[in-house]
Amino acid sequence: MIQPAKPDLVTVNIDGKEIAVPKGTNVIEAARLVGVDVPHYCYHPKLSIVGNCRMCLVEMGLPAVDPATKAPVIDPATGKQKVNWIPRPQIGCGTNASPGLHIRTTSPMVKDCREGVMEFLLINHPLDCPICDQAGECKLQEQSTGYGRGYSRFIEQKNVKPKRTALGPRVMLDDERCILCARCVRFAKEIAKDDVLGFIDRGSYSTLTCYPGKKLENNYSLNTVDICPVGALTSTDFRFKMRVWFLKQTDSIDTESSVGANTVVWSREGQIYRITPRRNDAVNDTWMADSGRVLFKQVTSLDRLTASGSIDALVARAADLLKQGSVAIVGSGRSSVEEQFLTKKLAATFGATVSLVSRVGQGDRFLVSADKNPNLRGALVTGLISALPAPKLTELAAQIDAGKIKTVVTVNEDLTAAGLTASHLAKVSVIFVGTHRVPTIAIAKVVIPSLTVFEKNGTFVNQQFRLQKFAKAVPGPVGATDDLIILAKLAGLAVTDVAAVWKLLAAEVPALGTMSYANLPDTGLLLDATPWAALPFAEGATLHYQPAAAATA
Amino acid sequence: MAVLTLERKPLTFAERTYLPQIFGGLKTTFAHLVRKKQTLEYPEHRPAIPPGYRGVPTLVMDPNGREKCVSCQLCEFVCPPKAIRITPGEISPDAPNSHVEKAPQAFEIDMLRCIYCGLCQEVCPEEAIFLQNQFSMSGYTRAEMVHDKARLYELGGTLPDKHLKWDHKKAAAAHGNAH
Amino acid sequence: MFDFFFNLPVIVQGLIKGLAVICVIFPIAGVCSMAERKVAAWIQDRPGPNRAIVPWIAWIPFVGTFLQRLGLFHVMADGGKMLFKEDSLPGHVNKFYFIAAPILAMIPALTTVTVVPFGAYLSATGEVMPLALAPLDVGMLAVFAVASLGVYSLILAGWASNSKYPFLGSVRASAQLISYELSMTLSVIPVFLWINAPGREATLGFARAVEFQSQPGLWGGAWFGFLMPVSAFIFLVALFAETNRTPFDTIESEADLVGSFHTEYGAFKWGLFFVAEYSHMIVGSAVFVLLFFGGWNPLPWVPLATLVNWLGHFLPCAHAPLFVGVLSIAIFLLKTLFMIFFFMWVRWTVPRFRYDQVMKLGWQKLLPLSIANLLFYAVAIAFIQK
Repeated sequence: MIQPAKPDLVTVNIDGKEIAVPKGTNVIEAARLVGVDVPHYCYHPKLSIVGNCRMCLVEMGLPAVDPATKAPVIDPATGKQKVNWIPRPQIGCGTNASPGLHIRTTSPMVKDCREGVMEFLLINHPLDCPICDQAGECKLQEQSTGYGRGYSRFIEQKNVKPKRTALGPRVMLDDERCILCARCVRFAKEIAKDDVLGFIDRGSYSTLTCYPGKKLENNYSLNTVDICPVGALTSTDFRFKMRVWFLKQTDSIDTESSVGANTVVWSREGQIYRITPRRNDAVNDTWMADSGRVLFKQVTSLDRLTASGSIDALVARAADLLKQGSVAIVGSGRSSVEEQFLTKKLAATFGATVSLVSRVGQGDRFLVSADKNPNLRGALVTGLISALPAPKLTELAAQIDAGKIKTVVTVNEDLTAAGLTASHLAKVSVIFVGTHRVPTIAIAKVVIPSLTVFEKNGTFVNQQFRLQKFAKAVPGPVGATDDLIILAKLAGLAVTDVAAVWKLLAAEVPALGTMSYANLPDTGLLLDATPWAALPFAEGATLHYQPAAAATA
Repeated sequence: MAVLTLERKPLTFAERTYLPQIFGGLKTTFAHLVRKKQTLEYPEHRPAIPPGYRGVPTLVMDPNGREKCVSCQLCEFVCPPKAIRITPGEISPDAPNSHVEKAPQAFEIDMLRCIYCGLCQEVCPEEAIFLQNQFSMSGYTRAEMVHDKARLYELGGTLPDKHLKWDHKKAAAAHGNAH
Repeated sequence: MFDFFFNLPVIVQGLIKGLAVICVIFPIAGVCSMAERKVAAWIQDRPGPNRAIVPWIAWIPFVGTFLQRLGLFHVMADGGKMLFKEDSLPGHVNKFYFIAAPILAMIPALTTVTVVPFGAYLSATGEVMPLALAPLDVGMLAVFAVASLGVYSLILAGWASNSKYPFLGSVRASAQLISYELSMTLSVIPVFLWINAPGREATLGFARAVEFQSQPGLWGGAWFGFLMPVSAFIFLVALFAETNRTPFDTIESEADLVGSFHTEYGAFKWGLFFVAEYSHMIVGSAVFVLLFFGGWNPLPWVPLATLVNWLGHFLPCAHAPLFVGVLSIAIFLLKTLFMIFFFMWVRWTVPRFRYDQVMKLGWQKLLPLSIANLLFYAVAIAFIQK
């Protein structure tokens, strides 16, 4: 793709303010740049433009020129060039910025248009706000406060439409609330490439429906719920669970694969209710996979590990085992960069060998990549490993067989699943640091419960070598300790939080030398990937990512 | 604005002895001694509750016995002392009120926290919560002072309602679309 | 009739008298505290305490309800509470003096009662004989001397509490009590100048004062309150100050001193202070009635003997010593109780003085006035009796 070195800028005038915007920017985006909000429903920056909601009507005009001479026509009253206003309002989403375009978003006509559109939209819209899950984040509610009448002139019966249509396993449709913006239809067609949605019937009877015999069941179906400007599409998982105004939003990262989709975790009083995507145009645009949205259920799952005693007692028992020497450490591609760094320090302290477990599965070429370890590249960047790991710990098994290993520390990796047999494990003492019950803990000498990604701070390095941070959304359960603290205590370090680890990281990892956790931008930071360009990574192409091999080819 | 100078009259000798005032005061207090008592003797005599009185918050049913609360949680949100705690729930599609879709699974008002401000009543879009006439609420345990949903409906009972919007909606659905 | 009593050993007689004082003063103090609450309530248009009742008394029609409304059983409830609640002893106090203070408060309160005559009977010769537990010739002096010891208990309580508000309260108490004792003493001297007329045995007893108010004639029958109004006024004001009653209760002003010297006290020890305060009020009122309001004489210019003689026309037993005694005690008690009511009445009428106002009134107003009053009567009495 050939990008112009410098984008062509055009100057537009929005409510009297001049701004230069890249050519091709539409009026809504241009207005956003000067801080003017143009209300809209059907327009979505990542979808095609259809212009069917008419909410973004604005007044437009071009500077007047004499048709014959092309000389500017000067208004004698103001001494400035006259503007020929188009007598009818135009939709902002469908109009691209052109040189000298004048836009009025606050004129009486614009206000009249918005009020008129709102009145039509609300004619058949049910008074469901008290029971509607969208309430609080509903565009229709928002614009009603600005442009609604406050009462209805419509004395006839409102339309009655189906209230509970299951479009798919995860999406529920309330047709009465639908304002026919067709965002979901376009998403299914353009982004999910699973063209199953469409409208039937006409006029006020138009109804969103799936094509006969089809269902909205692809792995991206819940994005339609996110982009629905009203409460027509709701998630069956979140439906009627909690009002959004109670929920605290915490920036996080999707851990299901090395794509590292940016997410927002919505929680209240230590309980997570949903996960939604966070816009990052370099990683996931505004989308994420449905499979990543249920990961929070692991937080309260019944097989969560907790300890009744103090962490120090557990660490002391582990230290006794570690003191015997001949330690092997099984690190994890699911640990954060900071934890991997501390794992490396732990290995250095005891002269231990380090192995990782690779998890390669199927990618979907969109937002789920083949590598299911979210932070494999973090292990490379911190120097925990230098080559890609194998799916099975055969090398470690051989060492155990050879009697070279007495103690194995595993950081949230199930050793039995990673290829060690019971006879191997019988020969060593296992120290398990992890969150959930896995077969390994049955034979582990010491089990130290740790936290999930939702309960701690940290960073991941995704497949693009983009360093992205996640934050603690909810407190961990009683009896589980932050992995950072566990690893630091095992390694005999006195760090207790991410900021302290980052001081060590900056000192010891050259690639991270100039950064700190607090300064890391919300959209992540691209690291230099050249040292590892030759490694045969498992990922195929996904959104905003081309494998290095393919890119150079 | 003109400055008014008020002349302060010098006190007479009688006034300076303070005694006439004391005798005047004694007269006044004695008049009160024999006057009719103003106190309401509470448990036997109850005050007349004026309209709009803010007593104990309760949940009410509509005249058809339908649970009005739809667990929108606005009262929980607005409650200044955070006395209200709602667990929202979905009404089963088979239930007679399935068209309402949402109802509280649990609704608790902690009367040890409630400050009787009435914001919950004011904010309720379904007119389901009312601060009614009961003003005396006590219990032997803390748990007893946390009113659960059953207790709130028991206290609230049924209030007259002219809107019946959900019944209209059900009727419209039964009538079906015009086309 | 009472010979067996007078035949008892003196010690036993004394013990019986002492017990009688305790048995009379404690209930009266309790009833006074209830009266205080009732009067306060009535002046504030409230019914006051009206709930407590003993079950079987509640079953008596009308009377039970009346007693309940009167709040009499609240006295019992209060007393029971004081007796049975935990008698806490703060850790920071000086324990010996802390416990000694309320006991010391009771000593002058109960001792002064004994010298105050509370009634009279007609002797066989038709003479009016006063009734008192210890009819001292120096009655007034004894009352002044013993009553002023009361200030020591307040000082002790405040000091032993080892806490600043009690201490401030006790400092105020000592200053105030001493200040007003001067005026009080000076105000009664004209009375005793008058009753110690030449040719009679000198006395500081109260009986003579009452006797002088029982004489025939316009001047003889007039109570001293009419003859010496300024004396009566000064004595009354000083009495308010001496008994720490509003408007002179800066010592106990809870707004700035919490509970003053009894801040750290609770339960029965605290109750003793209250009993002491009420018995001071009772004795003070009694002395005031004796000196200025005719003692047991029913009305001005109507002595007890006249009343008894008049009653003799209707009642054959009117001259019996027991009847006269009871009648005189009733009259005297009524007057004293009215004085106590007056104390309460004033409490809800006049706001509390500031401490500096109390001092200013005591030293700059009352003391000069009482000296002037004394000089005037000394000269006047000398002139009249010449």
